[in-house]
Amino acid sequence: METLIVALTVFVLALFVGFEVITKVPPLLHTPLMSGANAISGITLVGAVVAAGAQQSLLATVLGFLAVVFATINVVGGFLVTHRMLQMFRRKD
Amino acid sequence: MTSFVNLAYLVAAALFILGLREMSHPRTAVRGNLLGAAGMLLAILVTLLDRRIVAFEVIIAGLAVGSLAGGVLALRVPMTAMPQMVGLLNGFGGGASLLVAAAALDEATLGGGTVTAQFTVAAAASGLIGAVTFWGSLVAFAKLQGLVQERPTLLPGRHIINAALTAASLGVSAWLVADPSAFLPYWVLVAVASVLGLLLVIPIGGADMPVVISLLNSYSGLAAAATGFVLDNNMLIIAGSLVGAAGFILTTIMCRAMNRSVANVLFGGVGAVATATTGGDDIYAGRVKAATAEEVAMLLDGARRVVVVPGFGMAVSQAQYAVRDLARALESRGVEVEFAIHPVAGRMPGHMNVLLAEADIPYDKLKEMDVINPTFPQTDAVLVIGANDVVNPVARNTSDASNPIAGMPILNVDQARTVVVIKRSLSPGFAGIPNPLFAADNTLMLFGDARKMVQDLVAALKET
Repeated sequence: METLIVALTVFVLALFVGFEVITKVPPLLHTPLMSGANAISGITLVGAVVAAGAQQSLLATVLGFLAVVFATINVVGGFLVTHRMLQMFRRKD
Repeated sequence: MTSFVNLAYLVAAALFILGLREMSHPRTAVRGNLLGAAGMLLAILVTLLDRRIVAFEVIIAGLAVGSLAGGVLALRVPMTAMPQMVGLLNGFGGGASLLVAAAALDEATLGGGTVTAQFTVAAAASGLIGAVTFWGSLVAFAKLQGLVQERPTLLPGRHIINAALTAASLGVSAWLVADPSAFLPYWVLVAVASVLGLLLVIPIGGADMPVVISLLNSYSGLAAAATGFVLDNNMLIIAGSLVGAAGFILTTIMCRAMNRSVANVLFGGVGAVATATTGGDDIYAGRVKAATAEEVAMLLDGARRVVVVPGFGMAVSQAQYAVRDLARALESRGVEVEFAIHPVAGRMPGHMNVLLAEADIPYDKLKEMDVINPTFPQTDAVLVIGANDVVNPVARNTSDASNPIAGMPILNVDQARTVVVIKRSLSPGFAGIPNPLFAADNTLMLFGDARKMVQDLVAALKET
């Protein structure tokens, strides 16, 4: 119960931080914001890595492998494509 | 050791927050994205130290396949296809959360130990949100990529079906929580939620995609946060809720820009009317003035201030480079050129900005609706390229609440001295209603493909 309360506290406070930080992003950058945030949501990769490497059962390993693939596409694809887009918003001299 | 890992996770979470904060300005945004990537790298590296990991082959194989696929996608995708790219990535994020929760559940049921209610409730949430995100995103991708028709497909009784599916998924979730030793309910839940995800997005049409993509973005974050509750991992919870908040804010902004509620976008079925059934002859008859590229070029040449309004039609015909050439040609003749960006122009938030930035148009010329609207009365000419509903004065003038765009904030281009609309025909936009702007006294129509017409304008300007 104690850990649940801590986790809920973290969840709610992080939502508030998210609202504060993201309302400051101008519409100009909404697409890269989305793809960048999307890459961050690939954070489930840390759970996927443990599931794939723990070898608890064949099923868990297969699920873990698939999860690693999905989350890595999300992370690598997300950060890279965001970088590509943001490069175009650099000031031209 | 655990406290070291948790400290590293704290640093990673802080890097995510700092990275998102740097996104608030184009000058710092590149660094912000790199900070986020650094946080991710740190989180993954310390996770590899986890004592539960006994073999690395599967992990390395998964990382290699995923990096290759993600890298190729990210480097190959054209900027015009960015909406479907983001849609696809949302889906993978949701799918990953679903799979991680499944693996954790499998591990827990094998161990035979007791699991907490937090664990099962969170696993159910991961499975439900993850499956809806995965399949919903795939439908959005297929629509944006043109694999299935973009116009909404309305099933008879879809509201009842959706309500039944939602009730069913909640029921199966309760079953999972009541009997965590059985693995079956989880997969039943995933199956039901998958159908729900498909049915939720199928009835939504192309121009409402900015809302759908934003909402699915939010869901992919919430799915990650739910997985954080499954694994008791605070960093996952923080990162997931940041993304959940980002998607939610964008969803709200998009809905406000259409003066519609999220519920109306999701369930209203707007855009389903067939083009053929909507008239407009009485509005257009004998009042539409078609012009040639030469006439428009002369008009633009004599202007002091020109505002360009891009819409989805510019993206479809890949006209952004031609538009850049036109802007440069006009600027070299001393004409002030700015761009008016409606929040829902295109198929995702910020879509037009990315395309124009790709064509090297400086971002300080891209103006938001609230900033540019007061300047239209002092604007000599407006060039509308492939936009329709976002410049329809009916939205401002009508008191008929049944009109799908009533009260929608629009770009007041009709207040400019002259409006030139580049469009293939007089066919209505997504909302399916005629646009009196096309028949206004100060409007000239330039019928044709956007890129071809803009190129003709550039050529005609050079000759004058």
